[in-house]
Amino acid sequence: MTPILDIENLSVSLPKGADRPFAIQDITFSVNAGEIVCVVGESGSGKSVTSFTVMGLHDKRALTPVAGEIRLEGKNILGASAAEIRRLRGEKMAMIFQEPMTALNPVAPVGQQIGEMLEIHTNFGAAKRKAKVLQAMRDVHLPDPEKMYHSFPHQLSGGQRQRIVIAMSLVLEPVLLIADEPTTALDVTTQAQILALIKELQTRRGMGVLFITHDFGVVADIADRVVVMQNGQIVEQGPVAQVLGNPTHPYTKMLINAVPSMTPPSRAPVAGPVALSAANLNKQYGSLGLLGGGRVVNAANDVNFQVRRGETLGIVGESGSGKSTVARCVMRLIDPTSGEVLIGDTNIATIAESQLRQHRRDIQIVFQDPYRSLNPRRTVGQSITEGPVNFGVSPAEALERARRLMSIVGLAPEALDRFPHQFSGGQRQRICIARALAMEPMVLIADEAVSALDVSVQAQVLDLLEDVKEKFDLAMLFITHDLRVAAQICDRIMVMQKGIVVESGPTAQVFANPQHPYTRALLSAAPGHSTFDSKGGASAGQAAPL
Amino acid sequence: MVQNAPTLPQTPEQPSIWRIALRNRSVFWGGLMLVIIALVALTGGLFTADPMDINPMSRLKPPGEHGLFGTDQLGRDVFSRVINGARISLTVGTAVAVISIAIGLFLGLVAGYFRYMDALIMRVMDGLMSIPAILLAIALISLSGATLLTVVAAIVIPEIPRVVRLVRSVVLTVREEPYVEAAIAAGTKTWLIMGRHVLPNTIAPLIVQATYVCGSAMLTEAILGFLGAGIPPEIPSWGNIMSEGRTFFQLTPWIIFFPGAALAVTVLAVNIVGDGLRDSLDPRIARTMR
Repeated sequence: MTPILDIENLSVSLPKGADRPFAIQDITFSVNAGEIVCVVGESGSGKSVTSFTVMGLHDKRALTPVAGEIRLEGKNILGASAAEIRRLRGEKMAMIFQEPMTALNPVAPVGQQIGEMLEIHTNFGAAKRKAKVLQAMRDVHLPDPEKMYHSFPHQLSGGQRQRIVIAMSLVLEPVLLIADEPTTALDVTTQAQILALIKELQTRRGMGVLFITHDFGVVADIADRVVVMQNGQIVEQGPVAQVLGNPTHPYTKMLINAVPSMTPPSRAPVAGPVALSAANLNKQYGSLGLLGGGRVVNAANDVNFQVRRGETLGIVGESGSGKSTVARCVMRLIDPTSGEVLIGDTNIATIAESQLRQHRRDIQIVFQDPYRSLNPRRTVGQSITEGPVNFGVSPAEALERARRLMSIVGLAPEALDRFPHQFSGGQRQRICIARALAMEPMVLIADEAVSALDVSVQAQVLDLLEDVKEKFDLAMLFITHDLRVAAQICDRIMVMQKGIVVESGPTAQVFANPQHPYTRALLSAAPGHSTFDSKGGASAGQAAPL
Repeated sequence: MVQNAPTLPQTPEQPSIWRIALRNRSVFWGGLMLVIIALVALTGGLFTADPMDINPMSRLKPPGEHGLFGTDQLGRDVFSRVINGARISLTVGTAVAVISIAIGLFLGLVAGYFRYMDALIMRVMDGLMSIPAILLAIALISLSGATLLTVVAAIVIPEIPRVVRLVRSVVLTVREEPYVEAAIAAGTKTWLIMGRHVLPNTIAPLIVQATYVCGSAMLTEAILGFLGAGIPPEIPSWGNIMSEGRTFFQLTPWIIFFPGAALAVTVLAVNIVGDGLRDSLDPRIARTMR
């Protein structure tokens, strides 16, 4: 049987001056009908270049396929004309993207956007087109398609938008579906639903799916076969059970081992003094207005917690749960509507900015995005010493402290003279940690500090955070959406939903015996959960997905 | 302890803003033109006849017969007047650009960074924007007499809101950047945050804006001069020369043609530089152009 997609010895070159000559080099794999093939790798592995080249959507000025063939149902499409490729897209192959908001046109109703596919590729009449669109929307289990037909993208949730994108790509019944990280931008519970949907549609239609992901949990849930890529080359491929259960290449082994386990290690309760506590913390956005006609969102509703020195408290929740709002209120980057935030004995929730400044050094934060957390125009040294110098440390002494901290976070002290763009994401996150430590804080807040990092780098940064917590006896508030990361690093966790803390307790207890239905839903939606963590929890470090 | 000896690439320091700009061809050639025009404006007066020198014997002479650009109705040398007029045009253009950018930068920073000042400043700016420069100039001159200063003020005032809007929009996005929040968390004083972390982001768009302000200010100055509402008529600005030549322009077009051409070439040079700067300094466009 001819495979639907057959990639043979494909190489795509990068422009001169890039860090390597090829974006992808000599890769060979195929996708059969009725099969989901996952291409997995870290950033820069070439997995997205592969999918874009198949669709003919690669940046033609920078990327040139120089060798090999891409055969769709036996026909080489690398040499096809632009018109041919255009016809194949949609009719034979379709693609869904990571970000469902930007993949849809914000000013056209979604039904019309799905119908456009039919308008371009078929000669159906308007009535038949509409019937087809409604059928496609029913197929992806959208509620009330008749009504939603006229909705605009911003009126739908992220999961619904991704369903629309899937309906759009499948309305012409292509034989090949390419999904490029289609669930990365979604919450875990939504992600689980979308994965189930893709699997269901694939089984029903017998199409081939090329699924790009960085997430071994997703791989475990959805893949039939796995292709592991590193630096543009395939290092290992095979059936999912074989690659995940018995990886042969060291890189695959390293990736799988780097994935945190969902089983929290046992941790003794921490008895240090309370460094940070919040009492009845509220944050409302918007106001009711004079006549009560406005709309109020309770981003944080009566939040209470305590963090002791040497302890890590995790705040876990999906987007919109209010976990970042709590962190920003505690930092006083935004002002809480009511409640108390105590650092030591001082309530910083209500004091004026001028009085607050002297307390700022006690509480520091590491942000999610390593590319925006450092001022690109200032050297690393300037960034790290800025805080201490604000508090009267002499520049020379601050620089000396920065040097020490650089080696603590695992970077060369000479690198202080360099600019942020000369560092990788993981290195920048280390610099941000050094910057926070330079203030000699009591409390360190990590707001999704490892979420933007590749899994292998993530493990190292988690180790570093754990390490500096011990070394400097910090109280750590760890904000994350990722239960696996929370399981590894947190002593206690607090689960938030829509601004309310629904459950809190020691990490091991919450994971072993979740009380609230929402916590249970989060735990079971974690990708790869059924495959890896049902083996009695003994699989720690062995084959745990992220 | 994680020991991860970093492999630091030997990339050069970030190139300076001027070096990036000069790599662009239109910035280079437009800039060269401007430099020449500026040199002529600064030193040209030393080598030409007195632009005020009246010579009733050779009135309204065509170019070549008496002087390179001919003479006007009082027998003054048009070439000398055009060369000396360049100084006025460039002074007005530069002064308006510098003053409106300086005021606009300050107000824009304040409006963008302090929420409570935003509405106040922006409503005042909306008001200023509705005043036409020409009307304002006529009003100012009737109040305080025609001087270079009133002309500059009249052109500056309607330009300020455009700069404020630009700066404010940059500040609004930059103040949400995590590195600004990190600076707040590090206890950095507000004015230092603005100077260190916010202001540098406004420089590139402001340089571009400055060239457009400069070009349009030179045009407005000439229009004011032409209408008789500008620089005092005895000073040979390009607008004034054209205004005086208006009476005879069907018979002696050179009196209007040469200052007009000089104005066009200068504004063109400024705009070429501005376009080039926008291409090379705006990161979104620069990425696709390289």
